[in-house]
Amino acid sequence: MEKILPLSELPTGQWGRVISLNARGMIRYRLLDLGLVPDTTVQAVRRGPLGDPIVYRIRGALIALRREEAGQVLVTPL
Amino acid sequence: MNQRNGVSCVSGLNTAPPEASTGAAGENCPLEIRDRIVRTIYREAEAIAARAVRRDRPCGSWENKVDDLLTSRLLGFPLMFLLLGAAFWVTLVGANYPSQLLAKALFWGEGRLAELLTWLGAPSWLHGLLVTGVYRTVAWVVAVMLPPMAIFFTVFALLEDLGYLPRVAFNIDPLFKMAGTQGKQALTMSMGFGCNAAGVMACRIIESPRERLIAMLTNVFVPCNGRFPTLIALASIFAGPAAGPFAATLTVAGLVLVGMLITLLASWLLSRTILRGEPATFILELPPLRPPQPVRVLVRSLLDRTLFVLARAVTVAAPAGALIWLLAGTSLEGQSLLARGAGLLDPLGRAMGMDGFILLAFILGLPANEIVLPILLMGYLSTGTLVEVESLAALQNILVGEHGWTWLTALCTMLFSLLHFPCGTTLLVIHRETGGIKWAVLGALIPLAAGCLTCLAVAQGVRALGLL
Repeated sequence: MEKILPLSELPTGQWGRVISLNARGMIRYRLLDLGLVPDTTVQAVRRGPLGDPIVYRIRGALIALRREEAGQVLVTPL
Repeated sequence: MNQRNGVSCVSGLNTAPPEASTGAAGENCPLEIRDRIVRTIYREAEAIAARAVRRDRPCGSWENKVDDLLTSRLLGFPLMFLLLGAAFWVTLVGANYPSQLLAKALFWGEGRLAELLTWLGAPSWLHGLLVTGVYRTVAWVVAVMLPPMAIFFTVFALLEDLGYLPRVAFNIDPLFKMAGTQGKQALTMSMGFGCNAAGVMACRIIESPRERLIAMLTNVFVPCNGRFPTLIALASIFAGPAAGPFAATLTVAGLVLVGMLITLLASWLLSRTILRGEPATFILELPPLRPPQPVRVLVRSLLDRTLFVLARAVTVAAPAGALIWLLAGTSLEGQSLLARGAGLLDPLGRAMGMDGFILLAFILGLPANEIVLPILLMGYLSTGTLVEVESLAALQNILVGEHGWTWLTALCTMLFSLLHFPCGTTLLVIHRETGGIKWAVLGALIPLAAGCLTCLAVAQGVRALGLL
């Protein structure tokens, strides 16, 4: 059984593989459009100075997501 | 704990188990149609990229280290303030000499224009209207605005080219989140330093209509290029010429910080009153950092921004100069219309730490903030013309020597410059972007109320405490 956790809990520096999206509506579309479709690999790159938005490497691009949005993406650590 | 959260999320979701989603985007996969489309598009794109793209360099070399520094817990915020302060300092120090040079050249031109009109035998009213009304106002605006604008826009464009601005948005997003909006407002705010009308237009990058409106209505709280010269001139005079450009820089930077705090406060108030609504989201791409290209940056900032803003300022300043010359020259019962208006506003102005002429200058400066200081001087000199204020010392003499300005007058004037209705262009842009007169009116009233309250509080507070 793979370990599954929200993207927001992925430790900094670690890679994860997208399992599914929990979001609904506009946010889901926006996350999908970033390329967060199942099987995509994502790296948590760094946290902001105040800890919250976290930068992720998604398909070569650096994307900042808030805890709320990242928490709706489920990943399994690689 | 984390894991349990994650698993409970999965069980609450009506999608296929993880194993199924690793398979082909099969027909029995209960994903929405859009999900399937996006997955297919990405699969196709991946295949194409794998065939066509070769990566020479692994991600994460120097950019990663710089990025770590720019957004670090310890240095992220200090660096941000340092860079902002440095931008102001370079502008303040660098603009001084070219400004004087430009003023000299332009006022030399005035002499030639006057000679030409005399030679042509123009009537004295035309002479006055064209030379002392239109030309002097335009010359003032160009001499005072062009050098700081050219420097500031270039410095700013360098930071933009480096890719720093999205990092700022990223760093301060939590503050905007507390205010009920999002970090992209930091980008539109930065744009507002150049020009609030451009800042309001830049609000298109914010997806949610509610947050876009908040960003538009609060954009005016960062001083635009039309107001910087006023702030810089007053700060240079009253922060003590003895203390040098450093004290003036600190004063201007302090005012900008006040503006940012009020932006947050006003956003917070708006998102809890008239603009309540769906919670904010924040998804921002951080473009790769890259060394700025100086030539491209210089050309772009000079052509696209500096000349554009300057042209706008001049087209507004020219007719405004003529109008003010008429107001100052038209007498009613022995007093010029300008002086009468100032007299009416004087009690209100005094209560707010200023005087009637200053308030009148702000009101008549509605078309463009650049002309507030010129109008004020015209009013003070009540000759209907601008004197040739070539140096700050001459300006200081007029304000302090002849019209009794104190540091409180300067402070309240700077605060009111920071916090009052935006220029006409910005209001028109708000109207156009929102498609309603309502938001344009609010866009004028909210900052005006903030300015009146702040100036009243500061002036009354300082007087009550006997600080002056």
